[in-house]
Amino acid sequence: MPMINSAILTKTFPPPQIDRSEILRYAGVENTTPEIENLIDECLLLIGDKLTYKVCYGNFPLAFSEDEVNLSFTMAKSEKLKANLCGCRSFILFAATIGLEIDRMIALYGKTSPAKGHMLQAIGAERIEGLCDAFNQYIAEEYGYTKPRFSPGYGDLPLEIQKDFFRALEPSRRIGLTLNESMLMTPSKSVTAIIGISDTKCENKKQNCNDCTKHNCSYRRTL
Amino acid sequence: MNIKEYLKDNFIYLDGGMGTLLQKEGLLPGELPERWNISHPDIITKIHRSYYDAGSNVVNTNTFGANLLKFSPKELDEIVKAAVTNAKRAKEESSAKGEKWIALDIGPSGRMLAPYGDFDFEDAVSLFAETVKLGAKYGVDLIFIETMNDSYETKAALLAAKENCDLPVFVSNAYGEDGKLMTGASPSAMVAMLEGMRADAIGINCSLGPKALIKVAEEYLEKSSLPVILKPNAGLPKVIGGETVYDVLPEEFSEDVATLMEKGIRIAGGCCGTTPEYISSLVKKSSNLSPSAITKKNITCVSSYTHAVEFKDSPILIGERINPTGKKRFKEALKCGDMDYILNEGICQQEKGVHIIDVNVGLPEIDEAKMLTDAVCRLQAVINIPLQIDTANVSAMESALRRYNGKAMINSVNGKKESMDAVFPLAAKYGGLIVALTLDENGIPKSAEERYAVAEKILVEAEKYGIDKKDIIFDPLTLTVSAEPDAAKETLSAVSMIKHKMGVHTSLGVSNVSFGLPHRDAINSTFFANAMASGLSAAIMNPYSAEMMKAYYAFRALNSFDENFSEYIAFSQTLTETVTITESKKESVSTSEQGSALQKAVIKGLCDQAAAITREMLESTKPLTIVQEEIIPALNIVGTGFENKTVYLPQLLMSAEAAKAAFEEIKKAMSSSNASDKCSIVIATVKGDVHDIGKNIVKLLLENYGFRVYDLGKDVPPEVIVEKASEVNAPIIGLSALMTTTVPAMEETIKLARKKLPNCKIIVGGAVLTQEYSDAIGADKYAKDAMEAVRYAEEINKKTCRFTHFASQLNFKQASVARD
Repeated sequence: MPMINSAILTKTFPPPQIDRSEILRYAGVENTTPEIENLIDECLLLIGDKLTYKVCYGNFPLAFSEDEVNLSFTMAKSEKLKANLCGCRSFILFAATIGLEIDRMIALYGKTSPAKGHMLQAIGAERIEGLCDAFNQYIAEEYGYTKPRFSPGYGDLPLEIQKDFFRALEPSRRIGLTLNESMLMTPSKSVTAIIGISDTKCENKKQNCNDCTKHNCSYRRTL
Repeated sequence: MNIKEYLKDNFIYLDGGMGTLLQKEGLLPGELPERWNISHPDIITKIHRSYYDAGSNVVNTNTFGANLLKFSPKELDEIVKAAVTNAKRAKEESSAKGEKWIALDIGPSGRMLAPYGDFDFEDAVSLFAETVKLGAKYGVDLIFIETMNDSYETKAALLAAKENCDLPVFVSNAYGEDGKLMTGASPSAMVAMLEGMRADAIGINCSLGPKALIKVAEEYLEKSSLPVILKPNAGLPKVIGGETVYDVLPEEFSEDVATLMEKGIRIAGGCCGTTPEYISSLVKKSSNLSPSAITKKNITCVSSYTHAVEFKDSPILIGERINPTGKKRFKEALKCGDMDYILNEGICQQEKGVHIIDVNVGLPEIDEAKMLTDAVCRLQAVINIPLQIDTANVSAMESALRRYNGKAMINSVNGKKESMDAVFPLAAKYGGLIVALTLDENGIPKSAEERYAVAEKILVEAEKYGIDKKDIIFDPLTLTVSAEPDAAKETLSAVSMIKHKMGVHTSLGVSNVSFGLPHRDAINSTFFANAMASGLSAAIMNPYSAEMMKAYYAFRALNSFDENFSEYIAFSQTLTETVTITESKKESVSTSEQGSALQKAVIKGLCDQAAAITREMLESTKPLTIVQEEIIPALNIVGTGFENKTVYLPQLLMSAEAAKAAFEEIKKAMSSSNASDKCSIVIATVKGDVHDIGKNIVKLLLENYGFRVYDLGKDVPPEVIVEKASEVNAPIIGLSALMTTTVPAMEETIKLARKKLPNCKIIVGGAVLTQEYSDAIGADKYAKDAMEAVRYAEEINKKTCRFTHFASQLNFKQASVARD
């Protein structure tokens, strides 16, 4: 078990395996057709090798108090995060992005072909999630047992904590990821999250929607 | 000694990393290092001094993130003052013998500029300007803009430095493993833009170790006429046994950097992970090297935010379609602010393979400066080829050049003093490749020799502004051959003289030559071919003309610009492809089950087929019959399927696109542009919100159903929306918002609409909206998806159309009465 060192590292991943069922889920399709499959293929061809798969991250120590989680660079008032990180000594804070090119393509095809624009959105969502999964796996190999990732806006963790995440990671200069005034990120296909590191194996390891309170979400997985 | 003087005969050594050293001294993650200038001045001074002692000629102040986004004006002033004081103290205390300067360090803002982010370009300029002013006030020797990973932000910072001090400015960018900036710019593109804006030295820092930056460095050295900077990381950080370790050690680092100094790098230092040890090792390693001369590269080019386009022997195509001259539909689009029409012209031309797009939006009745700038900003959000700013209006030219993300082509200057006095200062400030017309106060000279003489005069004047002849491209003017039989010959001869005798590139707008003649394409393309043979470097032309494109590809094939004729063959396939493919696919559509072929094509979302079948049907069927009996029923089938969840959004959209393709054919066939009698709808994404995918979907569907949609785009202020609705007498306004933070802007818009247009119905939609939200902000209708918006619009249309018809007839009568 390595000692905790809060240096911020960056890593570029190879393109994750494409999961067409996830693309369909993000596109809002339950039963696919040859035309939809063609549309996916066309969009994947347009994307080609234009995406980058970059992550920057750091390993931070963790402490709990009465109603707060001490993330070492900030305090988080969140019961849900506290529950998520229960039993952890440290955590990984990371920011991941597949780059600005997908946003440009979505803007372009949003004008010329909304169907492609929509499908590119879905593929972008699948790609960034694929990157996060690959990163998760890498962390599990390097640091031991991991908890499901937890992002600002999940449960009761406020979006405003993005500001602290961005100060700690400086992802704008490391991977080109920036934060807007309204707490949205550019490039849009990006994720910031916390992954708890635990000494013991955790249940519920796979990313799922069970903990989320937004029950009417059209993307909610029914596992 | 002045650093620019010193640079002529010497290497300049920069400092190394600051952040890593501060962490060792106890800087915590998330803590702002700039505050340490005040809280730990001794530590900062010690680090600076150790760099001077190691042999650095320049140290950067500890002000990487010192800007008004992070600090109050008062604290910023204190921080910059303390930072400069620390550096000055280090300079005095250091015992090193070499020349020493202090650079004001400026790093990126951390915000993404619009259109992809929410940070306005001018706000970025002002942000950097404040820091620059403080640095100059407290006495730095130069400005060092570094680690910039976006070309647009780099431009903002350089502009701020140039506008707010007279100090030398060094500009350094951070490249990724793919050899590009995070937002896509290649080294050549950055060199083109930064040289044009007259940085004093340009180069590369951060991101990677020296070996990984060799290619980028070599591209800089090949393209740049300015001294090149190299300030790499000590490789990549790794955590080994709880320690942060960089994987390139001083020995290897200095070896690698010294090798690149031998190849031409003139300004060198280190970035993240490097320490004074790295710098002293580098100084030692390179002590026996002599600095190579900085040579002028004589590259004629323009650039976009991704790449540079160089003018060499193979001709460059400049698309001419964004220009209202002689185009009724384009003028109408300009007048009603239909930006999508203009964007589509840009997108289509890019798809046709032009290298540059001319942008001319001049009309007497519009605010050209605003329109041109808007067009440039929106075009560069969706297309990645360079733009040619085409205007006679100097203030429009300046405001468009300022906002352009790259080195633009400037169209145009001419030999009149007034024109040169106005255009050359702009080119000197913003950079650009200037198209110079060979005419002057005496008009267009008749002979090639006289036009050549005007060209010479223009070059002399340009030199006074420091504009090199590589940044000028002459247009010796195409005249109408039917009016003047020798015109073409004189123009061609001028092209040849300017290219071969003067050694300057040329450009022509070719289409003028055929004016008044039948089959203009034949004359144009032959003239184009002749001009290319005479040495023409670029043509402003119509890329939709097959004859012109044939001439271009054939010329390249014949002059060994096209290896294995692969481009020619690919192009020739596009000439026949459209017919055969539609034939075969049409068959597969029409043979399937029941329903008409057109309905099937729309339902399946097959654009080409829908268009082809419609074209065929139009020969025997009335346009409105096709709409009412084929397209609308097909759309209804898909729409109902969507509502019943048997058809999904991608299919709905594909059908809508196919229907649109069919409508395009129908519009072409109809004499009157008003194919529908449905009402107008104004739609927009509200102020502060930049998401428009959903809104675009709603627009597409509404248009399918025959509504006249005025799409005002995104981030639209309430008064603009309401004004438009009032102007076009729209009974419906559609508003979209994605973020909770912009719902108040939606509410504000609704309030204003209620006040000004009490009868107008308002539909709202977007990711964050719910029925409750919608009720709370007083909308008439919450549409959960595009189909629901269409259904509601149909409902309102039924109620109001009789009234609007009546009203418009009334208006007509009133107008005729007034005329009488």
